[in-house]
Amino acid sequence: MRQEIAVSRKALRFGILLHVRDVVRYRTTLLTALLGVGLALAAMATSQAKPQAPSSPANPAPAPTTAAPSSLTRQPAAAAPSQTQFVSRSALNIVVLDPAHGGIDLGARGTEGIRESEVVLVFAAEVRKALQAQGFQVVMTREGNDNPSFDDRSARANAQHGAVFVTLHIASTGLAGTARVYVVPDIPPSNDANALIPWDRAQGPFVGLSHLLGDLVQEELAKRFRGSPSIAQVAPVRQLRTTAAPAIAVEISSVIVPERADLDRMVPGVAEAIAQGIVAFKPSYVLPVPAGTPGGKQP
Amino acid sequence: MSPQARVWLAGGLLAAVFAAALYFPALRRQVRRAAQVTEKTAEQARRELLPVTPAASSEPKLKVKMFWGSGNDDGMLKPVTVELPLSNDPVLRAKEVLNTLLAGPVDPEARTLPPDAALLAFYLLPDGTAVADFSEALGTSIPSGIQSEQLAVDSIARTLEADVPQVQRLKILVHGQEVETLAGHIDLTQTFRVNTKVAGTPDAQPPSPVSAIAAPIEKAVQKIENAVKR
Repeated sequence: MRQEIAVSRKALRFGILLHVRDVVRYRTTLLTALLGVGLALAAMATSQAKPQAPSSPANPAPAPTTAAPSSLTRQPAAAAPSQTQFVSRSALNIVVLDPAHGGIDLGARGTEGIRESEVVLVFAAEVRKALQAQGFQVVMTREGNDNPSFDDRSARANAQHGAVFVTLHIASTGLAGTARVYVVPDIPPSNDANALIPWDRAQGPFVGLSHLLGDLVQEELAKRFRGSPSIAQVAPVRQLRTTAAPAIAVEISSVIVPERADLDRMVPGVAEAIAQGIVAFKPSYVLPVPAGTPGGKQP
Repeated sequence: MSPQARVWLAGGLLAAVFAAALYFPALRRQVRRAAQVTEKTAEQARRELLPVTPAASSEPKLKVKMFWGSGNDDGMLKPVTVELPLSNDPVLRAKEVLNTLLAGPVDPEARTLPPDAALLAFYLLPDGTAVADFSEALGTSIPSGIQSEQLAVDSIARTLEADVPQVQRLKILVHGQEVETLAGHIDLTQTFRVNTKVAGTPDAQPPSPVSAIAAPIEKAVQKIENAVKR
């Protein structure tokens, strides 16, 4: 019996493998999906049974729910990353914002009782406003004092179509008043016999796009916060590895500031920089489509 | 029950509540203190069991590069040349340089690893993969953040790169276990390339021997868990 199963809308599209333990987490999604299949099939059977029945404006035929079936139709197995083609230009309209830590995980703690898990929520709220002002839909991984796991946060992003992922952190080191963007280093392609991308290498096909997004956001941050680097830094950030979307981590320095107000003053600038960076990235956004899938370039 | 007995009973209950309110905070403090003492004792015991490898005085003193922080809070490393009596054996040599790295530089601001962290074990596999096992303090005492954790991993990797050429890859364990992250940010499930231009980048291919051993075990455990769930 295979240990892995591909689930979730985007996971199916890119053939991302999830471990069996993740299946438990996605049981609800699967059940909903199966219910959706059933409903879709029933709707199709009904429409086929009455093919000649004209749809009248007074009694319109139920519109087929394209979203559910498309998410349920298993795509052909994804090609290995080496075969992945960036050919499908898709609209980037969603930003998944991840305020790091939360719950019992307070993150970095500094002077005057500053807690990273609380401060990132303030930053995230402002970033959300700035992104919405630019027309983006914003999905938050947490809005209260809870602590989703790394995989839960990634799953939130991986379930979106046409999204980028931004995780927000406050450091306990670094020059106060600066901000850095991190992207993961290259992830070697999987040797999976079925040419599927494992969950723990979901970021693999997106590394190039993440670097581009990271550089654009870092450029905006450097304009607003003197002493910040001019290009994105490379670091194996755990949260980014399982995210199947262009993904960056933004870390602000730091919780070791004389006053909380010093951090609060950075909030509008950080929000504006992230929003402007994503706007600049939007024209470059392409969706990697494995070769052999509809819309994918044949090698 | 007579009214007098009721009054006595109510009075007794109130007294018990007051006594508990006074006693429980004191009890909690005592428990916390006891837990701290136990933790320290365990850490001390580990250090006693695994003493720092003494540098043989007969070994010739060699110049080695230690990568500590620049001390400017800019997230950069700065090589510092120190003289150490070093063994020719790569494992002993690696232990000596890592213990020196842990001991820290003269300027405490340039420290990259927590002062209470200890190297518990170091192995070098035939394929050049080094396994460095640190005490829990490596993860619990390090300042939380991507920059500080990356600096810690880089300082270990670059010091090994400079001083122990036999090391090709680095796997970091904490108290004998593979951990997901160092302190919530940097991924420690993979091996890090050493002796390349960028030392602190993970090296997912080939998987580390530790992962290679752990993966089938994990799969077997999952199979059993699955069977139990059914």
